[in-house]
Amino acid sequence: MATAAAQQTARTQPGTGRDGTVGTTDADDAFARAFDAAVAADERIEPRDWMPDAYRATLVRQIAQHAHSEIIGMQPEANWITRAPSLRRKAILMAKVQDEAGHGLYLYSAAETLGTGRDELLDKLHSGRQKYSSIFNYPTLTWADVGAIGWLVDGAAITNQVPLCRCSYGPYARAMVRICKEESFHQRQGYELLLALSKGTPEQHAMAQDAVDRWWWPSLMMFGPPDDESAHSAQSMAWKIKRHSNDELRQRFVDICVPQAESLGLTLPDPDLRWNEERGQHDFGAIDWTEFREVLKGNGPCNEQRITQRRRAHDEGAWVREAAAAHAAKHSRPGAGAPAAPAPTTASADTTGTTGAPQA
Amino acid sequence: MTAPSTDTPTVSAALALGDDALVLSHRLGEWMGHAPVLEEEVALANIALDLLGQARVLLSMAGDEDELAYLREERAFRNLQLVEQPNGDFAHTIARQLYFSTYQHLLHARLAAGDGPFAPLAAKAVKETAYHRDHAEQWTVRLGDGTEESRARMIRACAALWRFTGEMFQPVEGVDVDGAALEAEWLASVEDVLRRATLDVPEGPRTGAWTAGAGRQGLHTEPFGRMLAEMQHLHRSHPGASW
Repeated sequence: MATAAAQQTARTQPGTGRDGTVGTTDADDAFARAFDAAVAADERIEPRDWMPDAYRATLVRQIAQHAHSEIIGMQPEANWITRAPSLRRKAILMAKVQDEAGHGLYLYSAAETLGTGRDELLDKLHSGRQKYSSIFNYPTLTWADVGAIGWLVDGAAITNQVPLCRCSYGPYARAMVRICKEESFHQRQGYELLLALSKGTPEQHAMAQDAVDRWWWPSLMMFGPPDDESAHSAQSMAWKIKRHSNDELRQRFVDICVPQAESLGLTLPDPDLRWNEERGQHDFGAIDWTEFREVLKGNGPCNEQRITQRRRAHDEGAWVREAAAAHAAKHSRPGAGAPAAPAPTTASADTTGTTGAPQA
Repeated sequence: MTAPSTDTPTVSAALALGDDALVLSHRLGEWMGHAPVLEEEVALANIALDLLGQARVLLSMAGDEDELAYLREERAFRNLQLVEQPNGDFAHTIARQLYFSTYQHLLHARLAAGDGPFAPLAAKAVKETAYHRDHAEQWTVRLGDGTEESRARMIRACAALWRFTGEMFQPVEGVDVDGAALEAEWLASVEDVLRRATLDVPEGPRTGAWTAGAGRQGLHTEPFGRMLAEMQHLHRSHPGASW
């Protein structure tokens, strides 16, 4: 706990503003040294700890975009909820989309510990100033796409996110522990969905193969640009926000997927994919980075649709949020409005109590 | 398959209650990705999932859940017309939830207390529907006693759906409850919530010649056929396939 003590010392030095505006460079240095030492010792940085502005900004950007990806990511799957072909599959899919909304909530909370509000982040998403994962700009054209998303997209997300459970920023790392558990479950369900199709009728098998053909390359793009073009990688690795490079994680994912595709009885759409004895890894074909850049720029197949739906949900819901705020305001001021007590909770307790039924 | 065998009272009751849960769950599922706040994405999905779980148990008591859900035509469904009504705006969805979940909660409490075939299901479902009811009541109060706009929307929604509420208290073969007592308790509860929401109880008939009991006889409203077309399309496109 030497580093924690150093942070404490730095924090309590007289005459020092945490933003360093007082100009006491010695104290600034002490904060910075304490931070570096904590990162080096694999200690967790917590919300009240001093951190470099750039570290804070990087985390806000990454966590917010992660949160945005969860909520935009609800759309391609929700697209199939009303058409799910069995009640069991429908229940699984609804639960999954519900989990994604929950993941969005955890992640916005984690981002808020860095001093930014959910409203502000959503505004940045809606105005295109913050991004979400490129993968959700692809359409779900058949039921099998739901399986391909589970197997490949969630699989890639897990490969990316498991190392984040050890990320240097405590609130993010803890959110990821919980999220990764649920994501692994979703991925297994996606795999199982594809397996049922692959072993089903010839039409179902063809549907599964077509989905894998369409989702394979976009999934590989989820790991981001190649290492020599990744703008934020080096600094993020130094700060232990990131633990592995994009290309390392992408390779790991390919090596995991190849045997899984085989046991699914499906092929991966890459003629250059083969085992490399020397490297002990799979070689695979070139990714179409032009497509990747186009999708990031907003020119993917669903960019416009996704953001429009998100904005519409938000705009059309404005009166509901305003009503909730107005109601809370009326009933939180002492002496204002009709019921004097804090109404929102006591109100419902009255009637549910009359039935004698237990609260869920 | 056009109509299930409705030989026994238990089967016809399981279909009526199961179809209510199935259809309302589907309507709530349509909200996913469109809710006004993230917390409501979670809440509406949660309610939809509870209802789908209830539907699966009930339909399985009547036959094969997927055959019943995906291969019956509109005229063979036994759900209330209330639950098939389109989502409309958030106020319409909440008014529908308030009317139905109050009924369902009171019904489950009665079924759970009895020793009929639905007692075990109701014992579990009563906990879920208490939550659904609480959610709907809180939102009714927030919207009714919120802003001018939310109040106007809530008034419209409560009025628009009022005419479908009488059907809930028509006798259902195999459901052994006192409809009149259920209705009285339902009315008292809904009136209380509306009063707390600063709203008047809607006027107008609750049991017209066409609406009362019509859904239970397979006579539905026009939006329902379209809902089923979407719900059943994929399943029907692959006869005999398993998923």
